[in-house]
Amino acid sequence: MSLRTPRSRALGLGASHHGVGHFIVERASGLLMIPLGLWGVWSALTLAGRDYLDAADWIAHPVNAVLLALLLIAALVHAKNAMQVVIEDYVTRFTSKAALLLLNVSVCVLAGALGLFAILKAALTGAF
Amino acid sequence: MSDAAKIPPRPLSPHLQVWRWHITMACSILHRASIFALYLSALLVAGWALALAAGLGAYQGYMAVLGSPLGLLVLFGLTAMLLFNLAYNVRQTFWDLGRGFNPKTADATGLLCIAVGLIGAVLVWGAAFSMGAFG
Repeated sequence: MSLRTPRSRALGLGASHHGVGHFIVERASGLLMIPLGLWGVWSALTLAGRDYLDAADWIAHPVNAVLLALLLIAALVHAKNAMQVVIEDYVTRFTSKAALLLLNVSVCVLAGALGLFAILKAALTGAF
Repeated sequence: MSDAAKIPPRPLSPHLQVWRWHITMACSILHRASIFALYLSALLVAGWALALAAGLGAYQGYMAVLGSPLGLLVLFGLTAMLLFNLAYNVRQTFWDLGRGFNPKTADATGLLCIAVGLIGAVLVWGAAFSMGAFG
């Protein structure tokens, strides 16, 4: 017979206390996405129909390179957290859920690393 | 007669197949869909930077795929979904402040989010057209 009270046992179960942090990051990244997303749409408009050299000139401007990097990171953080919730909501089998959660993080981290490197390379070394 | 037979039917959880269609429900589903659109958009932005960094040939190939009929259709859908998602973030922020839960207000803000997505996408693509993006 255990001498632990029901309350003491319940405290160790259930949520793993990451909920508030997840919620705040999701809200903050969502708000950050509003100005950055609108800037991204505007930038896509100005670059649509232009050629490679125009795009290379555009990304060589420090403001564009930094804002594009911020947009990419904010979007990936927001999308990763949102997709995580979708997976947790609909996938109940533990192995499938764990595999999909790992895949979700991996895709976003890889896209962030490759994207940032590409932005820096294109911004700093120019068009060849 | 057993006791179980006397219990009236219990209310069902929210579910696509049993819920009556209404605007806030549609917004909730659209918001989930817009997450997938945002995900794909972020990957496309990373891909664009990679193509640009890789050089002229890669960039022209990437833009040819995006500029194909299917590519343009997908991009138009992503534009509408992204703008809907941004508007929905504003709606959720008001919810976080404890405002906008009145059913009439929730319906109106939901409709507004859908309008921002659709009308915004048409305006953006109209602007792209008039700025010579397709010529």
